[in-house]
Amino acid sequence: MNNWVVLPIVMPVISGMIMVIFKNNIWLHRFLSLLTLGLIGIVSVLLLEQIETGGIQTLYLGGWQAPFGITLVADMFAVLLVLVGAVVTFCCLCYAFSSIEKDRERHYFYSLCLFLIAGVNGSFLTGDIFNLFVCFEVMLVASYVLISIGGTRIQLRESFKYILINMLSSTLFLVAIAYLYSLMGTLNLAHLSVRVADVGQGGVIAAVALLFLIVFSIKAGLFLFFWLPGSYGAAPTAIAAIFASLLTKVGIYAIIRLFSLVFYHEPAFTHQFIGILAGVTMVLGAMGAVAYWDIKRIITYNVVVGIGFILAGFASFTLVGMRGSMYYLLHDMIIKALIILLGGTIIHLTGTGRLRNMSGLIHLHPRLGWMFFIAALSLAGVPPLSGFPGKVFITAGTFEAGYFWLGGIGLFTSLLVLYSIMKIFMSVFWGYTNLAKDNEKGTAKGLLPSMAFLTVLTIALGLGVEGIHSYVDLAVEGLLNPQAYIGAVLGSGGY
Amino acid sequence: MKQINDVVLRTATKAAVVIILTFSVSLFISGHHRPGGGFIGGLAFVAAIILLFLVYDIESIKKNIPIDFKIIAGIGVLTSVFTGVAGMIMGKPFLSQAFDHVNLPIFGETEVASAVLFDIGVALAVIGTSLTIITSIGDDR
Repeated sequence: MNNWVVLPIVMPVISGMIMVIFKNNIWLHRFLSLLTLGLIGIVSVLLLEQIETGGIQTLYLGGWQAPFGITLVADMFAVLLVLVGAVVTFCCLCYAFSSIEKDRERHYFYSLCLFLIAGVNGSFLTGDIFNLFVCFEVMLVASYVLISIGGTRIQLRESFKYILINMLSSTLFLVAIAYLYSLMGTLNLAHLSVRVADVGQGGVIAAVALLFLIVFSIKAGLFLFFWLPGSYGAAPTAIAAIFASLLTKVGIYAIIRLFSLVFYHEPAFTHQFIGILAGVTMVLGAMGAVAYWDIKRIITYNVVVGIGFILAGFASFTLVGMRGSMYYLLHDMIIKALIILLGGTIIHLTGTGRLRNMSGLIHLHPRLGWMFFIAALSLAGVPPLSGFPGKVFITAGTFEAGYFWLGGIGLFTSLLVLYSIMKIFMSVFWGYTNLAKDNEKGTAKGLLPSMAFLTVLTIALGLGVEGIHSYVDLAVEGLLNPQAYIGAVLGSGGY
Repeated sequence: MKQINDVVLRTATKAAVVIILTFSVSLFISGHHRPGGGFIGGLAFVAAIILLFLVYDIESIKKNIPIDFKIIAGIGVLTSVFTGVAGMIMGKPFLSQAFDHVNLPIFGETEVASAVLFDIGVALAVIGTSLTIITSIGDDR
């Protein structure tokens, strides 16, 4: 029993609700949201230490033992994601302070962000699949409001699609859970793992596994990403950054968790299928990124490529490939938030998202330009930056597993990603400036520090790979060795 | 203000609302061991208020109940969460509940459970949320 595990879920709920009660005090909202995210960060660092020394931490809510009650499980994988999520959201909220409209702030923007975080952290930390569904819903309901608040024409159109597609996938999710429960008689992930291992993963169970894969593919944007570019493009910059950095990652987390803990018996079937989907996702995403000449579109298609790449490493299901996925997942959370914030700032300054209408911004905003350059290199995986270790390990992993085509696609799309992002850099920052200082559409004042922090983070994560190496390896070992998870949840006796 | 002559409706409502409110409290209290509890108790409570909204009008009801329903929902969720946190402070897992039997003057031997506090929170959250939804849909002209 370890009560620390529940804190990342409870703290944002408490402060979000305090904000609802004191509705009009915006400064309180800002202070509380940063304080809460800071505390989540501290708690997750402490949890990392506890997990490193004491193994996987669990909490049985209300003292009801697994598999009967609600179990929260904090393993290395989940807590790393909680930590990075808190840091990235912290930066996005700092960005929001000087970019989001007063009207949105008054309409519970910060409480909604915290409820979103509560749902995300809940999804990471929960130990049973029904609560995964509940936490998904908490997160999605908050995201529905965040994406539709403001009510401009494009927002309403895109949020309608977004809500519809998520309703559909949530219904499928529930159906899949019902199938699984009628087959296995339990919903606790560890207990499921034991029972699936007993009866084998053939026939009906494989079908249910694929149904789960479809559900999470819609949520994560793996192959079924058609809703993603439009709806992420419609949201304001800070919100889009939080979405791209967290929401798709929760889907990826669910896929990795489920297919490494429960449905890991037929990798030749399920994991190869994930690999094919990942390959197609990378190709389609890269095509989108290359084809468009609009900043928002290019960046959102890059989000799609990242999703494919992370799951390519997972599909190899080797130690090296999974390690790569882990590095790349952490890197992707940071870099996607950063690149969306940078793109949003450019649009904010120039008043347009069309590349052909801009040039020479580096004369006016050298720091923004260089940050964009570093972010672009990191996104493509150039050596000293944080994208590199992930890319190397994922490629090595896919080659090791014999999926040469998948590794090849990964490398080829990396080039296309580099091209697409350099296209933005060259047309926005190079050339003669066509924008005088005083006819800029907005000001970059107050926006730079949060982006600078994320840039430093991506450099630090690249240079300091050694530092997080032990944590990442523990996370990967945990994923490849489900017995540790089962033992921590059910005790050594088993059921 | 309503133009039609609805004396019967208004008079019946005055009696019905009291009955519904009593029933909602009874549902809430029976929730510990029998069917009922904070959620449906809260919903029955909301049903009474909605009946008032329908028979009279939203403005006059809001004048007589001058509370922001969103704040009620917030307080409700906080109450429930803090009953969970209380378990943590006692060194038990989050959401642990406690109960005890005490001798009250009128009720005699009564079971007092911390789950009641949790349920009060649920009821307040349900009341606040449902009324917020109803009033914001009803207000939209």
